[in-house]
Amino acid sequence: MSELLIAGGRILDASTGTDTVADVLVRDGLIVAIGPDVASGASGADVLDARDCWVTPGLIDLHTHLREPGGEGAEDIATGSAAAAAGGYTAVAPMANTDPVADTAVVIELIMRRGREVGLVDLLPVASITRGLGGAELSPMGELARSEARVDFFSDDGVPLGDSLVMRRALQYASAFDVVICNHSEDPALTADAQMNEGATSSVLGLPGWPREAEEVMLARDLILAHGAGARLHVPHLTTAGGVELVRHAKRAGVRVTAEVTPHHLTLEDVEVAAYDAVMKVNPPLRTRRDIDALRAALADGTIDAVATDHAPHGREAKRQPWEHAPCGMLGLETAFALVHTELVLGGVLDAMTAVARFTTGPAGVRNTRGHGGPITVGAPANLHVFDPSQRWTVDRARLHSRADNTPFHGRELVGRTRHTILHGRPTLRDGEIASEVTHG
Amino acid sequence: MSAPLTDLIAIRDLSREQVDGILSDAREMLPIARRERASVPTLRGRIVCNLFLEDSTRTRLSFDLAAKRLSADVVNFTASGTSVNKGESLLDTAQTLMALGVDLVVLRTSSAGAPVQLAREVEIPVLNAGDGWHQHPTQALLDALTMLQHRDTLEGARVTIVGDVLHSRVARSEVELMRLLGAHVTLVAPPTLLPPDVSSWGVTVTSDIDAVLPDTDVLYVLRVQRERMHRAFFPSIREYAQVWGIDAARMRRLPADALLMHPGPVNRGVELTSGAMEDPRSVITEQVTNGIAVRMACLYRLLSAAPRTEVTS
Repeated sequence: MSELLIAGGRILDASTGTDTVADVLVRDGLIVAIGPDVASGASGADVLDARDCWVTPGLIDLHTHLREPGGEGAEDIATGSAAAAAGGYTAVAPMANTDPVADTAVVIELIMRRGREVGLVDLLPVASITRGLGGAELSPMGELARSEARVDFFSDDGVPLGDSLVMRRALQYASAFDVVICNHSEDPALTADAQMNEGATSSVLGLPGWPREAEEVMLARDLILAHGAGARLHVPHLTTAGGVELVRHAKRAGVRVTAEVTPHHLTLEDVEVAAYDAVMKVNPPLRTRRDIDALRAALADGTIDAVATDHAPHGREAKRQPWEHAPCGMLGLETAFALVHTELVLGGVLDAMTAVARFTTGPAGVRNTRGHGGPITVGAPANLHVFDPSQRWTVDRARLHSRADNTPFHGRELVGRTRHTILHGRPTLRDGEIASEVTHG
Repeated sequence: MSAPLTDLIAIRDLSREQVDGILSDAREMLPIARRERASVPTLRGRIVCNLFLEDSTRTRLSFDLAAKRLSADVVNFTASGTSVNKGESLLDTAQTLMALGVDLVVLRTSSAGAPVQLAREVEIPVLNAGDGWHQHPTQALLDALTMLQHRDTLEGARVTIVGDVLHSRVARSEVELMRLLGAHVTLVAPPTLLPPDVSSWGVTVTSDIDAVLPDTDVLYVLRVQRERMHRAFFPSIREYAQVWGIDAARMRRLPADALLMHPGPVNRGVELTSGAMEDPRSVITEQVTNGIAVRMACLYRLLSAAPRTEVTS
């Protein structure tokens, strides 16, 4: 019998609206007591100091690339899990664009098993919509939904489903199992050779532009198709003000749609590209101040349900190629919550509870997050995040847990840092250090 | 005395004083460029590397001659279509150049921004000889030199640039330099071939070529690639020539003291007819000779600011 006491923290639980200072006592993976005086009855417990810290449900990332199998040079499930734990996450959803593609129960189960062996974060399974991300034949959704992994979320990740017929059928078919379809909102005909946001900056830099219309045209199509099919649609990494309006309108119209935004699209403008440092290259691209303001407002009012990282590790050599040859993607897991705290909470855009919600209850409303996202109540699984909101730190790409170092925030000072992360009652991060032993049974 | 030039990548990095300095040096070097005077030993012992990752015989020859008229040693590294283009990291290229003891690299590439990236990796000066759609600063400088051989100042000059601005590194450098030198720039192009938000460039934009010609001091015609019509930028070569091309009839609308310019090579019968090119107001061949002088001036300015790379002597 192992006991863990999270002592003296401010509990912020968006699922119940709880905001109170209390100890949390954990035994055998479950929360067994919450209150101001539970410490007295737990003299033998392992104690995690949480004074002056927030105690929130463990964070959930709906959009993660762990690169295993196939891309282990940039990241694997062990390094990516460590990055997740360091960022306060207890559950992440590794995307299906692995090699081989996660389009069969065998590959999904391999990934899930590896995740359990590492034991630093729970994996929420994602399968591709189409076999091999080919955009033509559907993956075996029914079989995957009923497999041991119980897949409830399907995405071809960065490969947009351009064929409207296939997208329509995917939504229709998915509705039989009430699983979520997530399509990359990009009309590929409008983005041939695109390198960055289309606008004044791309004009000066001579880089082919990625028009906002490409995102909005595809998003509008998908919303219309999802409405017709009565199916669940999740919009990944929304980036434009116009896209926000489309989602807002669709939600009012009763479309079963949820949406996410990345930390980088909430904080970085396309002018960051001016130095041609490909660490700023990402799909969809960094947009403009006007878009950022619209995304922030939509995150605050709930039009956007969740912050999701699109954590996309790439090796340094790949990112040091000429801009047009460099791959798209940015790291996110280790900076996401601290960045949102620094820029949006301290910046007056979100209150603390709403910020917590967008990393916990928000994702939990998109799909089945399996005991993650709260509530923090007696009897619930102890998946928790302890965040010190006053700790200042400077992002150093050389000190991240990811194998890759392509963070766009290198050198930026952030306010607030994850101190402890607890997964099923065990610390995966303790005082900023990853638990060394692999303990998960 | 203007700030020393460490790299030459984009016109927007230059001050007015630096531009005036380059143009002044170029005028002094013109007799050498024209072979009216013998080459000079100014850059003897310095190694200039022409790193041409995109085919461009004309520009490479111009840089080659410019370096040789200053007695520099020239090594050519042409790698079109090879691994260098396809993704060898710029770091590897940079390390190779440094190990070879090169003093300056002239980079031509289809990748916009690659000179900026290379300049971060090497200590030697990087001279941008054209990067994708981004910049071609020596072209704009030689154009300014040419214009200033025919008029005292570009302050208030009305420069009309016609054609495929979207895909043109020349247009981007030209607009930045003309604005720096006080000219008014008008862009004339099909809307499909204009960069997005081009109004933020501080230029006038119109689709009516005939209306602007009488009020033009310099008519600068851009090259249009024939293959653009296949991506629906415009309907046909025939229509392009009719609506946007410059022929003898349009030349008659141009003031008597105006100039006709083109960065070359010309697609005869598309953006310019042979009749227009033969007009006495055409200074297209002067541009070519001036190119050598301007490139000599740029090499000189960059290398006189750079520490000598010590190798065996």
